[in-house]
Amino acid sequence: MTLAGRGLSIGYRDRVVGRALDVSLAQDEVLALLGPNGSGKTTLLKTLLGILPPLAGAALIDGKPISSFSAPERARRIAYVPQSHVPTFGFTVETVVLMGRTAHGSLFSAPSAADRLVANRALERFGIAALKERPYTMISGGERQLVLLARALAQEPQFIVLDEPTASLDFGNQGKVMRELRALAAAGHGVLFTTHDPNHALRAADRAFLIRDGARVAEGGVRDVLTRARLESLYGAPVEMLTDGATGTTAFLPG
Amino acid sequence: MTRSALPGLGIALAILAAGLITAFTVGRYPVSLPELIDVLAAHLTGRPSSVSPAVENVILLVRGPRVLAAVMVGAALAAAGTAFQGLFRNPLVSPDILGASSGAALGAVLGIFFSLGVVGIEGLAFVGGLLAVAAVYVIGSLLRSRDPILVLVLTGVVVGALLGAGVGLVKYLADPYNQLPAMTFWLLGSLAATTAADLVPLAGPVVIGTAVLVALRWRMNVMSLPEEEARALGVATGPLRVAIVVAATLVTSASVAACGIIGWVGLVVPHLARALVGPDFPRLLPAAAVLGGGYLLFIDTLARVAAPVEIPLGILTAVIGTPFFIWLLAGMQRTWS
Repeated sequence: MTLAGRGLSIGYRDRVVGRALDVSLAQDEVLALLGPNGSGKTTLLKTLLGILPPLAGAALIDGKPISSFSAPERARRIAYVPQSHVPTFGFTVETVVLMGRTAHGSLFSAPSAADRLVANRALERFGIAALKERPYTMISGGERQLVLLARALAQEPQFIVLDEPTASLDFGNQGKVMRELRALAAAGHGVLFTTHDPNHALRAADRAFLIRDGARVAEGGVRDVLTRARLESLYGAPVEMLTDGATGTTAFLPG
Repeated sequence: MTRSALPGLGIALAILAAGLITAFTVGRYPVSLPELIDVLAAHLTGRPSSVSPAVENVILLVRGPRVLAAVMVGAALAAAGTAFQGLFRNPLVSPDILGASSGAALGAVLGIFFSLGVVGIEGLAFVGGLLAVAAVYVIGSLLRSRDPILVLVLTGVVVGALLGAGVGLVKYLADPYNQLPAMTFWLLGSLAATTAADLVPLAGPVVIGTAVLVALRWRMNVMSLPEEEARALGVATGPLRVAIVVAATLVTSASVAACGIIGWVGLVVPHLARALVGPDFPRLLPAAAVLGGGYLLFIDTLARVAAPVEIPLGILTAVIGTPFFIWLLAGMQRTWS
């Protein structure tokens, strides 16, 4: 299966954010979306999720327009991990993950025992089963990000779309989330995430899509696309590249 | 901080049971518990009762309808408040946020102004509440925005203010000796005039609306998340929002039409219920409804017996609700768990 945008114009009724975008995501690969603030990353993400209609062109699941799927049909194929936030009500971690099962039940149903099993498996998968009964409002930011990942997994989707999954996490948790993104792709999910850190793209993604002012700058394998010159022109700022002599691993430093 | 649902719901049921017993037995004509049990058992089994006809009349004809109305109105307002607090992702929202009470108030004072009689007044109040919310919803949808919830709340505030001005105008024009006291009394809310005939028009909308809310209990969990997140989880937020608003408005308008404006119940009781069973709607909604019934029973009993004359319910709920609300604001730093 593929999740794709063909000739996409994205934005809102009163404001076009991006034009003529072609993007495609296969299962078992990780695609990173990079671009400066206000470049249209999040708008593109919402359009590919099917929660924002394209202004022109089409967002497609396996060649079929996303708008032709019902809300539950769509949610059984694509899961969304928003930037972590503190919700109004202190639902337990288990209830939050169970919400990922909503699209698998009927309008008037509550989650079944089978749904609970799936949710608990997702909690165990991310090693947070012990948090099950804790209010989601009273756990750490890193734990909250894992809960949202578990909720996405409980949705049993083909694709998982994440908005800055490493933002506001400490160094250790950033690494943990990136490893989980790789693992999700290895398990057969197509993973698309936005990030402000090219190193995270290098670490976790197979391919990178660079966007600036709503237009594609470059797309391809992370090692080919993420070069010092490209990043300098993408962000309009000087970038330094470091290479570890022993392993050959590269990293970028801003400024 | 784990919470099991059963003890919480048990406490709510115990409060309702205590409220029922208190409401039936306490008053200017005291009834003992054995008398109450005897009359109710006799009524259910059809055998003749051994207590005096006067006691039987007090229980079945005087207090019975009033008790049933208090339970229904309390449960309805609490369930509607719970639904709206989730829908608007705001724990400080009450069922009249979209103008149901102000619309009903204008309908009722117009009914009194044109001397329509009880059925006409209650009918106009019910229709007024529905029309006000429909107007708010249509205006809110026309003002397309990326945050439909915020627009809806602001439209509700604005339309409510306009309807309030309408109520003021009708009161200003009303006959100050006959109509104005009736309007003032109605606006403060009371169950004193409730008879068995009032129960049917109240029960219909309350049962239907509450049933819809209970059926949608799980979706309400998801609806309390940010709009885009709820949609990505597979919920068609637009139609579902309409369904919840219609159901909550139905029960609110029917309650207000039956007994006037009773504030605070739909705001305070959902918080008490969340403290008992947590925020998960499948548990919260029944607990809030049961607790709301018990709460209004106690308030109504207090209204009957606390003073030589009946105290309007709206005043009692405000006197009890205000300190509670201030306590709530003081605890804002804590989460609404």
